[in-house]
Amino acid sequence: MWAEVGVAAFKLVVIAGMLLTVVPVMTWVERRGAAFIQDRLGPNRVGPWGLLQPVADAVKLLFKEDVTPAHVSKGLYVLAPAVAVFVALSTFIVIPFAKAEGVTVFGVPLKGLIVAPDLNIGVLYLLALSSISVYGIVLAGWASNNKYSLLGGLRSSAQLISYELAMTLAVLGVLLANGDLRLTTVVEHQAKVWNVVPQFLGFLVFLVAAFAETNRLPFDLAEAENELVAGYHVELSSMKFAAFMMSEYINMTTVSALATTLYLGGWHLPGVTLPSGWLGLLLSFAIFFTKVAFLLWLFVWVRWTLPRFRYDQLMRLGWKGLIPLALANLLWVSLALTRGWV
Amino acid sequence: MEAIIFYAAALAAVASALVAVAHRNPVVNVLALIVTFFCVAVNFALLGADFLAGAQVLIYAGAILVLFLFVVMLLGAPTVSGEDNPRPIQKTLGTFLVALVAAAGFFFFRSFSHTGLVHPDFGNTTLALGRLLVGPHLFAFELVSVVLLSALIGALVLVKRKH
Repeated sequence: MWAEVGVAAFKLVVIAGMLLTVVPVMTWVERRGAAFIQDRLGPNRVGPWGLLQPVADAVKLLFKEDVTPAHVSKGLYVLAPAVAVFVALSTFIVIPFAKAEGVTVFGVPLKGLIVAPDLNIGVLYLLALSSISVYGIVLAGWASNNKYSLLGGLRSSAQLISYELAMTLAVLGVLLANGDLRLTTVVEHQAKVWNVVPQFLGFLVFLVAAFAETNRLPFDLAEAENELVAGYHVELSSMKFAAFMMSEYINMTTVSALATTLYLGGWHLPGVTLPSGWLGLLLSFAIFFTKVAFLLWLFVWVRWTLPRFRYDQLMRLGWKGLIPLALANLLWVSLALTRGWV
Repeated sequence: MEAIIFYAAALAAVASALVAVAHRNPVVNVLALIVTFFCVAVNFALLGADFLAGAQVLIYAGAILVLFLFVVMLLGAPTVSGEDNPRPIQKTLGTFLVALVAAAGFFFFRSFSHTGLVHPDFGNTTLALGRLLVGPHLFAFELVSVVLLSALIGALVLVKRKH
């Protein structure tokens, strides 16, 4: 009993620590990547290649004055960033980061580098919790009692609801082919062929929806600077602002890991059989991490390459573009399943 | 352990439901209702109905109440001020009704109390629910989908602007 609790806690600490480490690293990658794409140098003064810049940023944010404007709705104003971080941190527990065949810790089988391996509803839990994330943004917008914030919050919630539909429909195709909601079996199902091959359409929809769900360019209308100053977090300062930044990067990581798990074969490489035991765990984690890192770089790459959408274009793309495509993917998967093609 | 979680969730559900009804600020009402739905989801999970728990959060807390919140924010529903207090008769009647429901609930609960917490083992509830929906209850399932579709079309007709 206690050994199992210990193993679960160990996995929780390792994975949460990993996610929280991704945040500063990604801010560095983002700034250096932006500079690289725009043919500048970027932050390169603090530490080698500017690698300690995130530390300096974190210290700066911690020591900044936490201004609370007089006209805000106090409780909700504090609650909003907390909701954003809570949701971002609690969604990843159903994602398997590495396989752990034959690995035991204190005599307890590890069952893969996943915090909740026995949660039957797997991906449903993830979708349910991420559907809560909209409250963080809406509340921040509303509690700030500022028209720019409110507009940003409303825009963002409409966007999240619309693209959640497309995303869920795309995921449904994978679940249909897999026949189980647990992500571990989704990965095992892709040992021979990655889901991206038979369900390329679904992958495309998922990826576009993922950009919208994480409020990243070209879909970051909630914080369109030239129209809304900074959108829903215009009144937030210091760590409250940092909490929203953190949740954005953690969400990016989670959604990249989810895309890897659902479509890019998790830790499978074509034609490679991984050994069991600790070596297998490390190798599978390295493969998984490489795929996630590529997707994270894709987020940065797209952000500094594509301009922002107009709001009506965004809605049209969501409802008239992605949802029919996701439905077509679903139909294709059903047909292929009944015919026995996949 | 499970009893502790159950009573905590039940207490939180009742408390947040009270806030949802009684608080003066409509945004807080909606938020309290979200908490209530969460607590109900926790109780579903305790009963082994993990799919229902997930669906409860996904659909009620994550989708429907976002729309509620949307409407409340967009319409800017005013905070109820002290002067709009209900009339004495309303208060009396309301208290009486609450007492009545509470008493009925108490006796209803008493009739079950000897069973204690149930631990049903459905195995994979998602699978079982799916089997039931496309098996014995296929007709009802399709009927509900038709009702939803007609509601959807009705809503479209109602909001369509006449050119």
